[in-house]
Amino acid sequence: MNKTLMGLALASLLGASQLASALTVGFSQVGSESGWRTTFSESVKAEAEKRGIDLKFSDAQQKQENQIKAIRSFIAQSVDAIVVAPVVETGWRPVLMEARRARIPVVIVDRNVAVTDDRLYITRIAPDFVDEGRKAAQWLMEATDGRCDIVELQGTVGSSAAIGRMEGFNEVIGKHPEASIVRSQTAEFTRAKGKEVMESILKAEGGGKALCALWAHNDEMALGAIQAIKEAGLKPGEDILVVSVDAVDDIFTALLDGEVNASVEMSPHLGGPAFDVIEAYLGGKRDFEKWMVMDGRVFTQENAKAEYEKRQAN
Amino acid sequence: MNYQNLSPQLRRSIWPVAGLLVLLLTNVLIAPEFFSIEIKDGRLYGSLIDVLNRAAPVALLAIGMTLVIATGGVDLSVGSVMAIAGAVSAGLIVSGVDSVFLVIGGGLLAGLAAGFVNGFLVGYFGIQPIVATLILMVAGRGVAQLINSGQIVTFHHEGFEFLGVGYLFGLPFPIILVIITFVLVQLLMRRTALGLFVEGVGANASASHYIGINDKLIKLMVYCLSGLCAALAGMIAAADIGGSDANNAGLWLELDAILAVVIGGASLMGGRFSLFLSIIGALIIQALTITIILSGVPPKFNLLIKAAAIIVILLLQSPEFRRQLGRIKQWRRA
Repeated sequence: MNKTLMGLALASLLGASQLASALTVGFSQVGSESGWRTTFSESVKAEAEKRGIDLKFSDAQQKQENQIKAIRSFIAQSVDAIVVAPVVETGWRPVLMEARRARIPVVIVDRNVAVTDDRLYITRIAPDFVDEGRKAAQWLMEATDGRCDIVELQGTVGSSAAIGRMEGFNEVIGKHPEASIVRSQTAEFTRAKGKEVMESILKAEGGGKALCALWAHNDEMALGAIQAIKEAGLKPGEDILVVSVDAVDDIFTALLDGEVNASVEMSPHLGGPAFDVIEAYLGGKRDFEKWMVMDGRVFTQENAKAEYEKRQAN
Repeated sequence: MNYQNLSPQLRRSIWPVAGLLVLLLTNVLIAPEFFSIEIKDGRLYGSLIDVLNRAAPVALLAIGMTLVIATGGVDLSVGSVMAIAGAVSAGLIVSGVDSVFLVIGGGLLAGLAAGFVNGFLVGYFGIQPIVATLILMVAGRGVAQLINSGQIVTFHHEGFEFLGVGYLFGLPFPIILVIITFVLVQLLMRRTALGLFVEGVGANASASHYIGINDKLIKLMVYCLSGLCAALAGMIAAADIGGSDANNAGLWLELDAILAVVIGGASLMGGRFSLFLSIIGALIIQALTITIILSGVPPKFNLLIKAAAIIVILLLQSPEFRRQLGRIKQWRRA
């Protein structure tokens, strides 16, 4: 924080001519609604600082109108490029047209935008939710030889992450006749709901002893649910296997304690690839894939330690 | 005994209680395991206990909200105050404070401060309650995020976690906390003249002022009390998961609390109130939530079922609706 303030003060002292030489990028972020989101923001800021990019960061507090306002102000300041993490899919056409008219390249990160003309942005850098679900299911099917009664904790009903992960997971377990989802309920992506819902599900399933695994659409819900499993007198990770998505920092302690079995990474480090694309575009490259998939690794109890130590070091 | 012969007080409480009973009986059909209670390591264990335990935060909010609504106001900020109190307690623990009294005291103090701001704006500046508390509802969550610097702060502190996961006399500790709070506030309201003052201010603030009730102070007091209840609820929520999640702790719970008070039969215009019925209201909401989870319906129907059940319960409470229903019956007979 202090560094940015000092940087700003220095920049204003040096005057406009100096500023023009450094790359200026406007970044419109959704907000700070989850741990994953804040890591994502921090990572973009850190990456910009490392590359000497002058980053104009705008937090939209989950409102599209704030994002549109931010993008307009970036255009008015004639930044070199704009990065948008859109809060919703629709309604982006007018403001993206304005950016195009001002000849400012736009990179979409994370969620999608629904525009018919895909020339309105260079590329979208995002994880593939369906593939995350698939990876989680593949890990579970290998670990249990395809025989498993699964409890599913869904994310917020209707969110693209929940829909995608469900689709991918069900696609894989559909091929295993002896695996099935016996209970499915939403826990709204939060730790508190994960605990509350799991508590009731365990009771509905006669204490949960017949259950084989818990599949949670994100780590937060899994972390809440393992507390409920423990309070019911069972061992999460042994009596009930736990697999989830995100690989946030907290899940690694649970992985190392043996309470969670696997977590599919959804990398929040989208800043680096986004700046790579921008630098390549400004260098003259034009043919970009319209969707660059951020590939997520699967972390298990075996390979968690190395990653945990790596993250601690940062 | 005839319905007409019952005392008005009893008549008022019959519908919320009946609503709760009907809801519980529904479970006999869809999830018989709902009523099984076992004793595991000296602790009561079962879905009924879950209903009581999980209803605790909303029940606490509803106790504070009942008094605020009785003065003709409303406190929209309680959900955010929960988040602030949780964040303050978590912050204290993480920064190395070990005394459980300091940690809980810090959370309560934050709640009291928030309630004081609300009460001052409403009582002494005459700002509409819905506007005055809306400020803190929106800003409060930001304050909590600021305290947590945008992260979910996790902690380990046995004494503090007891608030959320501890057991006393075989019951989860949050249930005990609700009982204690209920008894204290009930005594304060019904064994002193305070309850009458609150109802007086709610029925007619200026008339109360002229007969010598300090209506401003009464308002300040109920908002402070509501803040304290919210802080307690927030600390239970944080202690329960061993972490302070500023984005989601208490999110939309102010609406559940208002609903609990309304199900309990209080008028949003102010006046008479019943703490007991508000708690019944909170139990109805939670029983409904747990029934839905146990029934195994697809999650996309959750809110629809909840809304339908609540409408039925509220309609049954409406004297006008019952009169119309009676008329239809008579017409059929004729």
